[in-house]
Amino acid sequence: MSPTRQPKISIKTTERCLQPLVLSQETIAVEVKDLNLYYGDKQALNCINMSIPRHRVTAFIGPSGCGKSTLLRCFNRMNDLVDLCQVRGIISLEGKDIYDRKVDVAELRRRVGMVFQKPNPFPKSVYENVAYGLRIQGIRKKHVIDEAVEWALRSAALWDEVKDRLQESALGLSGGQQQRLVIARSIAVKPAVLLLDEPASALDPISTLKIEQLIHELKDRFTIVIVTHNMQQAARVSDYTAFMYMGDLIEFGSTDDLFTNPHKKQTEDYITGRYG
Amino acid sequence: MEFDKETHSEHISTHFDAELEQIKSNLMAMGGLVEQQLADALAALASRDALLAERAQKSDNKINQMEITIDEECIRIIARRQPAASDLRLVVAISKANRDLERVGDETCRIARYATKMLREDVPSNTEVRHIGRHVSEMVRNSLTAFARYDTELAYQVAREDFKVDEEYKFAMRALVTDMMEEPRHVARNMNIIWILRSLERIGDHACNISDHLIYLVKGINVSHSSLEQIKETVRE
Repeated sequence: MSPTRQPKISIKTTERCLQPLVLSQETIAVEVKDLNLYYGDKQALNCINMSIPRHRVTAFIGPSGCGKSTLLRCFNRMNDLVDLCQVRGIISLEGKDIYDRKVDVAELRRRVGMVFQKPNPFPKSVYENVAYGLRIQGIRKKHVIDEAVEWALRSAALWDEVKDRLQESALGLSGGQQQRLVIARSIAVKPAVLLLDEPASALDPISTLKIEQLIHELKDRFTIVIVTHNMQQAARVSDYTAFMYMGDLIEFGSTDDLFTNPHKKQTEDYITGRYG
Repeated sequence: MEFDKETHSEHISTHFDAELEQIKSNLMAMGGLVEQQLADALAALASRDALLAERAQKSDNKINQMEITIDEECIRIIARRQPAASDLRLVVAISKANRDLERVGDETCRIARYATKMLREDVPSNTEVRHIGRHVSEMVRNSLTAFARYDTELAYQVAREDFKVDEEYKFAMRALVTDMMEEPRHVARNMNIIWILRSLERIGDHACNISDHLIYLVKGINVSHSSLEQIKETVRE
């Protein structure tokens, strides 16, 4: 993984932020405190405060350009790879600030895995796609890798479909299978958090439902954050939903509450299709 | 967040606006039929008019048909639009109010049947029936008006009236039972009146339900099993 790059622009702003929603019944996996993000002198995230509950699915919804994917990429410091991107504030993963100078970003990205909109399997075999992460962690014993690969593929609901073709190229799988393979690859290294950036938007409806079912099965073991343009998908898969608009976090709450009785008019307008 | 009646119809999809407007219009039309049916049944008793009683019974078929139509429209909207937030609450509230109105129609039909029987047996009209009937008719009218205007304060008034109707019903029942004990030859007549009063009391409950559904639509809080005090607090907060 590339080393982090610090842009040389300093920005001074007064940053007074609202207090986050307190989730009294939940253990928190990721805490976001007074987060502001700038691309050059353009502010893309405004004073975000939120708590991502552990072993739950949290969905980020909002119109295009609202900052959902930008915020998601903060959680594994993928924004470090963007020129002139500056992050101010604190993001804590299990109590530790991920932007601390001492943080090993490669290790962070193992613990916070990411799946993108377009499936991106490596041009390798199915087996090697899943084993790759384990190998770069230093695991050498074949039986350990074999077990981990099978576990990851079973967990991703893909094992039965690929067990007889593990040595075949991953590029020969269907789109839905490739996406599940990418998920298997991410979970093989036992991350704490799984970030999904519109994981099903390039897939057909049946594959989408399989991904959603997989998300439901995985949330008992991983904390999942999903960005989606599909509000009904957010309603189906998530426990908590964050509605964002123009870089602001407008509302965060349980998905049941947000989709039946949202507190903010902007949220109501967006999820009922009045926003336009 | 409270339901905003001013902006509720402004979806990006105008077809969706039209669909929601349609089910609400249909519910109001059905409400109008039910109100007329109840008025006919009570007038049949008060003015001893067998034709009005017959008309009240016949109109139940149309009311039942409307209930099915509205129910199907609600299901179609849910399937096709996956409504959320206030739109979802509107569809759910209409679906539930639809059911309550149909039950009012059934109870009214029952009243009309007893009215026919009483007219045939030349039973005199009853003061309690007239009084509770007027009260309950007003409750039905107000619950529908509250629904049409999204008026939670009026809905609360209907809930308050239901307590009074329940008290009046108990009082009337006691009087009738006492009369039957003192005059056994009044038993057959009083039983008919008891069944009519029971139907009226149930109609009052259904009007109260419609008001509860409206409060849920506007406030997002289910007050079905709440006390009057809790309903007042919900409405006025």
